[in-house]
Amino acid sequence: MRWGVVTFPGSLDDSDAVYALQQVLGEQVAALWHKDRTLKGADCVVLPGGFSYGDYLRPGAIARFSPVMESIVRFAAEGGLVIGLCNGFQILCEAGLLPGALIRNRGLAFHCSMALLRVEETDTAFTRGCVRGEVLTLPIKHGDGCYVADAVVLQQLEDNRQVILRYVDGAGRVTDEANPNGSLRGIAGIVNVTRNVFGMMPHAEYACEKLLGSEDGARLFRSIKATVTEGLPVQSASVPPGL
Amino acid sequence: MRAKVYVTPKAGVLDPAGKAIERSLHSLGFGEVRGVRLGKYLEIEMEGDPANAAVRLDEMCRQLLANGVIEDYRFETGE
Repeated sequence: MRWGVVTFPGSLDDSDAVYALQQVLGEQVAALWHKDRTLKGADCVVLPGGFSYGDYLRPGAIARFSPVMESIVRFAAEGGLVIGLCNGFQILCEAGLLPGALIRNRGLAFHCSMALLRVEETDTAFTRGCVRGEVLTLPIKHGDGCYVADAVVLQQLEDNRQVILRYVDGAGRVTDEANPNGSLRGIAGIVNVTRNVFGMMPHAEYACEKLLGSEDGARLFRSIKATVTEGLPVQSASVPPGL
Repeated sequence: MRAKVYVTPKAGVLDPAGKAIERSLHSLGFGEVRGVRLGKYLEIEMEGDPANAAVRLDEMCRQLLANGVIEDYRFETGE
């Protein structure tokens, strides 16, 4: 399989995503520039972290209009796999590929620490290698990670089981103290209705080898790889399409 | 023609920066302050038919300047 990692002006974690995929996981990676109109045959597109276009106006607001995003929106509409990490999550929300928005952290501070994330659903291309309810250790580093959406959207996310990761404490409970940024319902990662687009604030690409303190991120990338190479279903059987 | 665009957090959306400003005003003795919401103000120089400007500005706000999930907007067109 082939991965595509996008670089926007101001992306920070693109080379780290390439490193994790290529050097650690031995994957084939195509570098995608923000002006590219082709995805170079990528089976999964990675939108990395950073401050695309300086985060001017709002994080992700300007990246959304880059030429490569037009191709990614089309790719996603055709069922292609897209994962957005941190700024990538913000871009996916701005582009309307995921519902809701990410605003300034509740405490205003930039958070840079290890976080505990409970895996809520495993019938996705991104988490099929995990166990439902298990807790992953992944780093977070962001200033605008507070997930918000209106009550109707939040209910739809729950009803469709689109919430994939939540911030939890050591006992695996969603608590206010375990929530680093004020995200509603402790939401740290969601998929779209068709389950082929995934956005998460934590950095899976920085958690792919022991030296960095956790290998849990690699499990998400391996889940994607299994989905593509084994031709496993992306859409959950239990959720009717278009719901 | 110069347009003035105001983008503000929607009612009910957390505004931690506004809260911090409110607390600062309280600590400076402005106890009468009952709430601060921090938004954005943009000045946009435009040409073209002023009669059309409102339609164009509305498009700009919806497509880029404001995120309808979290923000409201309004604008004024001047001379």
